[in-house]
Amino acid sequence: MGEDLKKDLFKDYGQKLFFPLVALFISLFAGGLLIAWLGENPYIAFRHLFQGALGSATNFGETLVYTTPLLLTGLSIALSFRCGLFNIGAEGQYIMGMMGAAWVGSIFTGLPAWLHIPLTMGAGILSGCLWGVVPGVFKAKYGAHEVILTIMMNYIALHFTGYLVNYILLAPPGYLPATRVINASAKLTRLLPPSRANTGFFVAIICLVMVYIFLWKTKWGFEIRAVGLNQEAARYAGINVTKNIVLAMALSGGLAGLAGALQVQGIQYRFNDLFAFTGYGFDGIAVSLLGNNHPAGIILSAFLFGSLNCGALQMQSVAGIPKDLIGIMQAVIVFFISADYLLRKKLEQPLGEEINVRRGSAGQEVAK
Amino acid sequence: MTSEFLLEMQGISKSFPGVQANKDINFNLRRGEVHALLGENGAGKTTLMKILFGLYKPDGGEIRLKGEKVEINSPEEAIRQGIGMVHQHFMLIPPFTVLENIILGAEPRKSLGRLDQAKAVKKINSLSQQLGLKVELDTKIENVTVGMQQRVEILKALYREAEVLILDEPTSVLTPQEAEDLGEIIRELAAGGKGVVFITHKLKEVMKFADRITVIRGGRVVDSVNSSETDIQTLAEMMVGRKVFLEMKKGPCRPGKVILQTKNLKVVDNRRLPAVKRVNLQVRAGEILAVAGVDGNGQSELIEALTGLRPVAGGQILLEGQEINYANPRRILEKGVGHIPEDRQKRGLVLDFSIQENLLLELYRTPQFCRAGFLRKEQSLTYAENLIEEFDIRTPGPGIKASSLSGGNQQKVIIAREIRRDPQLLIVAQPTRGLDVGAIEFVHKQLISARDLGKAILLFSLELDEILSLADRIVVIYEGEIVGNLAREEATEEKLGLMMTGGLLAEREAVNDG
Repeated sequence: MGEDLKKDLFKDYGQKLFFPLVALFISLFAGGLLIAWLGENPYIAFRHLFQGALGSATNFGETLVYTTPLLLTGLSIALSFRCGLFNIGAEGQYIMGMMGAAWVGSIFTGLPAWLHIPLTMGAGILSGCLWGVVPGVFKAKYGAHEVILTIMMNYIALHFTGYLVNYILLAPPGYLPATRVINASAKLTRLLPPSRANTGFFVAIICLVMVYIFLWKTKWGFEIRAVGLNQEAARYAGINVTKNIVLAMALSGGLAGLAGALQVQGIQYRFNDLFAFTGYGFDGIAVSLLGNNHPAGIILSAFLFGSLNCGALQMQSVAGIPKDLIGIMQAVIVFFISADYLLRKKLEQPLGEEINVRRGSAGQEVAK
Repeated sequence: MTSEFLLEMQGISKSFPGVQANKDINFNLRRGEVHALLGENGAGKTTLMKILFGLYKPDGGEIRLKGEKVEINSPEEAIRQGIGMVHQHFMLIPPFTVLENIILGAEPRKSLGRLDQAKAVKKINSLSQQLGLKVELDTKIENVTVGMQQRVEILKALYREAEVLILDEPTSVLTPQEAEDLGEIIRELAAGGKGVVFITHKLKEVMKFADRITVIRGGRVVDSVNSSETDIQTLAEMMVGRKVFLEMKKGPCRPGKVILQTKNLKVVDNRRLPAVKRVNLQVRAGEILAVAGVDGNGQSELIEALTGLRPVAGGQILLEGQEINYANPRRILEKGVGHIPEDRQKRGLVLDFSIQENLLLELYRTPQFCRAGFLRKEQSLTYAENLIEEFDIRTPGPGIKASSLSGGNQQKVIIAREIRRDPQLLIVAQPTRGLDVGAIEFVHKQLISARDLGKAILLFSLELDEILSLADRIVVIYEGEIVGNLAREEATEEKLGLMMTGGLLAEREAVNDG
């Protein structure tokens, strides 16, 4: 299966890579113009951006730190997309995952790491899952719109965890609005010290492969994709649409929750009161879109966004160029990716016509 | 100098990358003439008309209107030159009224840009009086029938003073009665001096509506003939390029045991109004029972109830004597019911799935194709390749998306999938809607051979021709009730037509009242 997997994974990728790459270059160009307009030197800015992201082992490690959660939130959103759902709630699921992991990571003591680590991850996954299943059930059973529901769930997650961290799980003596630090047995191993890169990255990559196999190689994935592309036809074929919508939301939530758990276990070691959304869930939407909602694409787009976010820090501190610029550039990328959808639609129309004509005449040839 | 012809297209060629869609086509149209453009799907008829309407630019050839050479680069120009087109899929805005849709984009103005509605109404009324076209101008499009929407499209073109009117597959969405009415309208239009181009692949209509017929095959004109000097069989051969059998040959029916039975079945529609009322049906193994009826008389609800997609409101559905009232679609499917749905793109296929995935849409979960949750690639591929071969699905390979197939081949995918599962009952709805002669022939053959293998077939069709050529027994559904039950030998088109519109019922009531 290994060979096949690789072949499928990278099948006609060159063609699919074209538009995202164009979008990337346009956004880099736009970013350069903006920097010049601010009176700075774009060359210096980009050099620092690049160095900050990939210039040293430590910087590369930090890039992985930013990439890991985006891999999982991007994957979470891609999975929901494949079932025809738009899970805006990855942000809330991510937050719940952090909280779940912080709690389980700190209450158990004396557990061996081989047990405590997966247990803590499991807590994060379950919390995210729960936050995905609730809107999933309302969508599947009562036809409520998942976008509205998941947005609301985001706010509930933000403020619910705010309450927990300030009143219930506040670490003594209580100077900081944060939970207790998780036990060493729940922490992930750091890889490239002094960077904060950790084994969580590999967990994310494993998930990527697993989601790919799940969606394209198993009957459950087949059902989810069928429901996502044509609910009516799926129902006709005896596929339980309700079940699949709930399942997709559960898995999507679980992946985002795992992203949160890894953040706690590998980076923060505790849950700090957030005050505002972290943005990883929302960035996941852009990552998924840019990656064509496909695991192989998501690796690239998550790494790109991770690099930009990480490099921006050095660009700001050394070259003095505000890192918000990177946010603008990311927005430009997303903008062009959406434009690409429109463009491709336009390009496909006469093409479809042509194929029909060809079929028609070929058919007659054979008929004679 | 005025020409004999209202419109002349000479030597029109158009190629798309790798395909010659139109090759050196000559086509002309006289005033007061209905000229049919006949050809199979993909023969190039629509391309030709899109060139005329300014949607494509031809590679070569010229267009003359009333003897003068014109160049048409956009639909706006085409309209200005007096060419109107009624597309197969209507271009109307559902929440707007009939009036608003007709004048959209060509609104008469008063001073300060105000809409001169009175003027518009006057113009439309005089147009519709000339043609005897009745329309209610203040009704919203979403609340009128498909036939009415088509009239609005025609009025829209006439309102813009079209002299050449192109109708692209106009009857494909109409009931038989509506098609009759459209015929009247077309004749009125021609009588009023317009030229009508009628694009179609339906032979009967051509003979009924057209004065002259141009047949296109593979992008070339086969011939142009007067409809009075030809017949359906000849046209069919010209169109397909080989001999076709319009009448299906089938052996005698040997009905076996009862497979499907409904007892006083009641089903309600989406508004919870009764759609199927006390229906009693019996389908036996080895026979084709056809349900005739005008669209919207409960057929869809009945099909959905039988396949488990809609709850049963009363009565019983028995499959081989076992009640299946409350079974879900999967259980019914597994009990050996196959289903060819009426809307193949909406329900029959996942268009963005490959042909292989579509062929396995109901089987992917069986042990043959799935082990421990993992899909078995080899088995699936072999299965798909066999079906493609066996059912002659024209595709470069099983990995091609279903959306890129022609309608006929899409239908073949569904038929292959359903028949190959070897069901004991096959529920078939509108199996040939939108298909061309060759594909229709194929579908009909498949259904008859399934019958001969002892399957019970329940056929729903709006086409009387189809029913008469396939059915062994015919029931007629009207307003959710079975109003007639005939053996094939007793049935005639007239008899069925009368029953379908409630004629017999009215008679019966009159007797009762008397």
